[in-house]
Amino acid sequence: MKQIKVLGSGCTKCTKTAELIDKLAQESGVHVNVTKETDPQVIMGYGVMSTPAVVIDEQLVHSGSIPHRDQVQTWLTQE
Amino acid sequence: MFAIFTQFADWLTYSIFGLSPDSKLGDAVHFFIEDVSKIYALLIVMIYVVALLRASLNVEHVRDYLSGKNRGIGYLLGSGFGAITPFCSCSSIPVFLGFTSAGIPVGITMSFLLTSPLINEVAILLLMSLLGWKFTLLYVVIGISVGTLGGFFLDSIKAERWLQSFAAKALAQGQQNDQTNHSQTATAMPLAQRHEFAKDETLEIFSRVWKWVIIGVGLGAALHGFVPDGWIEQYLGDGQWWSVPAAVLLGIPLYSNATGVIPVMESLIINGLPIGTTLAFCMSTVAASFPEFILLKQVMQWRLLATVFLLLLVSFTVVGWIFNAFSSFL
Repeated sequence: MKQIKVLGSGCTKCTKTAELIDKLAQESGVHVNVTKETDPQVIMGYGVMSTPAVVIDEQLVHSGSIPHRDQVQTWLTQE
Repeated sequence: MFAIFTQFADWLTYSIFGLSPDSKLGDAVHFFIEDVSKIYALLIVMIYVVALLRASLNVEHVRDYLSGKNRGIGYLLGSGFGAITPFCSCSSIPVFLGFTSAGIPVGITMSFLLTSPLINEVAILLLMSLLGWKFTLLYVVIGISVGTLGGFFLDSIKAERWLQSFAAKALAQGQQNDQTNHSQTATAMPLAQRHEFAKDETLEIFSRVWKWVIIGVGLGAALHGFVPDGWIEQYLGDGQWWSVPAAVLLGIPLYSNATGVIPVMESLIINGLPIGTTLAFCMSTVAASFPEFILLKQVMQWRLLATVFLLLLVSFTVVGWIFNAFSSFL
């Protein structure tokens, strides 16, 4: 199961990002665990400056905006 | 070039709604329709064009660029980049930490963060179309100066003493490391990608600010139509020195972004509020807001937070007084 973290200080964009990933994962039947990370110290640890950012299995894959649907789809199908 | 919006408002207000041009209500409705249609049209065009130009500029590049600069020019550059770099205010904390852990002095980082809410393409566009280029230029110069001097001041009182301990540690480490990991190299962005970015940006910003325009212009229209002529001038004119600090204090609990407050500024000035008082009110509303200061608590101790807050209030007040004093030369 993929561990997906959405980094961000809790603004609407971050919530939307987490919701989008959750929804698309359900639609395509992929099992994921989406969590939101709001601790600035942890966010700094990933070297992220623009939120929302997405971390999949400890790999930073995206930062600075709500990701596009097809982007999310690629992450979900990649092994 | 803007006449078309006046004609549109004439047509809608007088022909369709059947309001009389002489009535207070007709006046207010006309003002509202003209400004909203004009602002919406300009916003869409301008955000797109600006986004197209700055598609490859991001906070990561700015950090890499600033981390090698000496302090003298650093504040000005920090403030300047704050004006032109796009970033969502909810990213302030990660940006602060990103800059800090790259060893950039707190003052330069704060120059960036202080200027950022004050100046952006939407604010400049609104100022240009509503208040003219002179006022716009003035606004930009003042905004950059507040950021530059504010940052300089914070470093000169050694503000880094009052960071939260983990942030202070990150700063110390960053300054030792001497920036070896320049994360990305700037690459030329193809036009198609720029267009994609600009399209997203336009949609995103417009969907965020359109309601602010309605609220701002609505308030402006109400002031325009219903506050008696000369009332503001009589009670809040430049004779009353206290009206500037009062405007600054009033602006704190009112939280708005530049988009919402500029249409209000327009009608305040038309109604005779002195230019300095108006500027002070506007800057305080935009840059000094409690929700954002509470967020900064995560990286700063109360003392630093209070210092920054006071610094802003004092500088806006001084800006207001200076402009009231010199407004006759504008």
